[in-house]
Amino acid sequence: MTFLIRQTLIYAVPLMLVALAGVFAERSGIINLALEGIMIFGAFMGVLFVNAVQEAGGFAGAKADGNWLALQGFALLAMLAAAAAGAAFSLLLSFASVNLRADQTIGGTALNLMAPALVLFLIRIIANQNVLNMAKGDAAPWFMLRKTYFGYGRTDSMGFWGETFVNQTYPATYVCILLFIVLSVILYKTRFGLRLRSCGENPQAADSLGINVYKMRYAGTTISGALAGMGGFVYALTTANCSANGDVAGFGFLALAVMIFGNWKPLNIAGAALLFGLFKCVAASYTSIDINGDGICMLEAIGVSAHVYRMMPYVITLVVLAFTSKKSRAPKAEGIPYDKGQR
Amino acid sequence: MKEKWSALMEKDGAKSVAASLLSILIGLLVGCVIVTISGLSSAALGPGAVWDGIRLVLGGILSTGRDAAGGLTFGFNPANVGNMLFRATPLILTGLSVAVAFKTGLFNIGAPGQYLMGAAATLVTALSVPTASVPAPAVWLLAFLAGILAGALWGAIPGLLKALLNINEVLACIMTNWIAANLVTWIFDGSIWRNMEENGKTGYVYKTARNGVETAKWGLDAIFPGSQVNWGIIIAIALAAAVYILMTKTTMGYELVSCGSNRHAARYAGINDRRNIVLSMAIAGALAGAAAALYYLSGNTEFYWSTYQALPAVGFNGIPVALLAASNPIAIIFTGCFMSMLNIAGQQLTNLTGFNEYITDVVIAAIVYLSAFSLLIKMMLSGRKKHRVPAADGGPAADAGKEKGGGEA
Repeated sequence: MTFLIRQTLIYAVPLMLVALAGVFAERSGIINLALEGIMIFGAFMGVLFVNAVQEAGGFAGAKADGNWLALQGFALLAMLAAAAAGAAFSLLLSFASVNLRADQTIGGTALNLMAPALVLFLIRIIANQNVLNMAKGDAAPWFMLRKTYFGYGRTDSMGFWGETFVNQTYPATYVCILLFIVLSVILYKTRFGLRLRSCGENPQAADSLGINVYKMRYAGTTISGALAGMGGFVYALTTANCSANGDVAGFGFLALAVMIFGNWKPLNIAGAALLFGLFKCVAASYTSIDINGDGICMLEAIGVSAHVYRMMPYVITLVVLAFTSKKSRAPKAEGIPYDKGQR
Repeated sequence: MKEKWSALMEKDGAKSVAASLLSILIGLLVGCVIVTISGLSSAALGPGAVWDGIRLVLGGILSTGRDAAGGLTFGFNPANVGNMLFRATPLILTGLSVAVAFKTGLFNIGAPGQYLMGAAATLVTALSVPTASVPAPAVWLLAFLAGILAGALWGAIPGLLKALLNINEVLACIMTNWIAANLVTWIFDGSIWRNMEENGKTGYVYKTARNGVETAKWGLDAIFPGSQVNWGIIIAIALAAAVYILMTKTTMGYELVSCGSNRHAARYAGINDRRNIVLSMAIAGALAGAAAALYYLSGNTEFYWSTYQALPAVGFNGIPVALLAASNPIAIIFTGCFMSMLNIAGQQLTNLTGFNEYITDVVIAAIVYLSAFSLLIKMMLSGRKKHRVPAADGGPAADAGKEKGGGEA
């Protein structure tokens, strides 16, 4: 069970965060199809930050001393760098769709094309290959928690809770969960959140009450970009050994599916992300690993292909779309450029 | 002179051409700026490399390599031009696919999925039907039709969802894209069509030439020696002409375009809007399937079957091809060639300089970004001050905007 929960969380948490990124943009009235692109860009900038700091000799002392708290600070800084990069990249989308009233779908597609191209172009020049790795060491010894940090011996057990949620986990995962909760509260329980959401439902009414729709849409998309950028880096850190290769394996689109399946509501999104994360985890590991008798090999014995689990999230989302299209909670004004003069 | 100019700019077609040229120009400029910045800030490159890079980004199609002194040489390079035409084949067809949907007010972002399904159907047919008992040209035709059919079926799914349940076709297409990516991997994973003979080719399907099935070259190899070009490009151009005739000269095309201009008005006029939406997406899918069929039936192209982590770029690149051509099927022939020309330039850049081919994807992305507000550029060109963006002619913005979200998920 330990392995399954740990792995599912690793896949589910970036999904959750990026789906919330989609919610922030859509609630403010902007369709953010560029989640995938922003994730790719954020992942690249985060890895580049780690790489550059390591090259400059930063945190080498902390690593040598085994000062894991300092190393976690390093990871947090990299997450912030990725978030800043994602926010900056998303400005391209907000500028086109708010100021120029461009087609948001095409704008998002442009960003999705731009990110891998730009990132691969730069990676090839920086690293002379198609992947940018950490300058020193691997992700696990630098950023993963070990039971030895807490005074346990290598062979000691931390018990079920400790083994599952502390040993061999990335604290970045928990930072993301915390962020998810805080931002969900902000979106639904604060004045700012209410104003932001009103711009996605009826911007004309919001404007008549003195809310600056343009500013709100910029805010929504920028928060969205920051979250997606951070999610991209966390994905690269936890599943790709902190490396960037201009690809997040369609996670941005999967996050879009999570958002739709979660009906644009945070709690449902968390549930949807866990479900889809479980599918990902099962698909990724069921042929090769049977750790702690998690029963994943049993799934293989049933004879269902791993491809089915990979396909499932998209099929489920399509079915959900088909059945809930009438009572969807999608923001009413999403995708429509705001025009002050329109009635 | 000035009056003539402004009279010309009043015409919508001329404005579209000017807007596209401007987008291309800015896109290339963005590419050059990025080459300059990255070149000057990299220790391995330098001003000389930047100058080479910029010349290749702009004129890579004419590149003939380097001379003895190490300087770039330029001239007519038949291999480059032939390869440009070969790579333009699928781009023209995915461009047509996106354009047909645009004309009906739909945004076909599902071209990658339709392309993949077409590729799978084509390859399975071309490799399975024994050429010992069935003549190779017949197998070729069968495989081509299989690709078209698979693409059409895959395109019809989002069309049906849109027509019957009013589900946003963009979301449906994104889902069907990834379902296709996984399905195709599943079809080939563990199958007999995987290339097990050549080392290092484990991720690929056999070339169709293994079964003796390949597109005829009929003289094109004499004109462009050393290139991959074949009669696929002629078929693509013929299909573009056919789409042009369909959309402008037939009742069916008229109904499709009417639905794109105003779905509700079209229904009021007695046009079955639902049927037309499904039809439009099926035609779009068929064209994307044809793109894959022609590309992989050339005989010496290989299909990387483990696609579940990435969608084929050629599907997405149909979007800029269609946008630059303002969805005009004849113009798509030229914009498709332009896109593949960039592609060749990128290849030359990788071969001859320290830069790499991804810069051309940056240029393409910049062009798509600019196309998103091509209406604004058009308005600026015509010099009119207008407060409202007019309904797009053939663009998806109009339809997506007007439906007010309401029932759409």
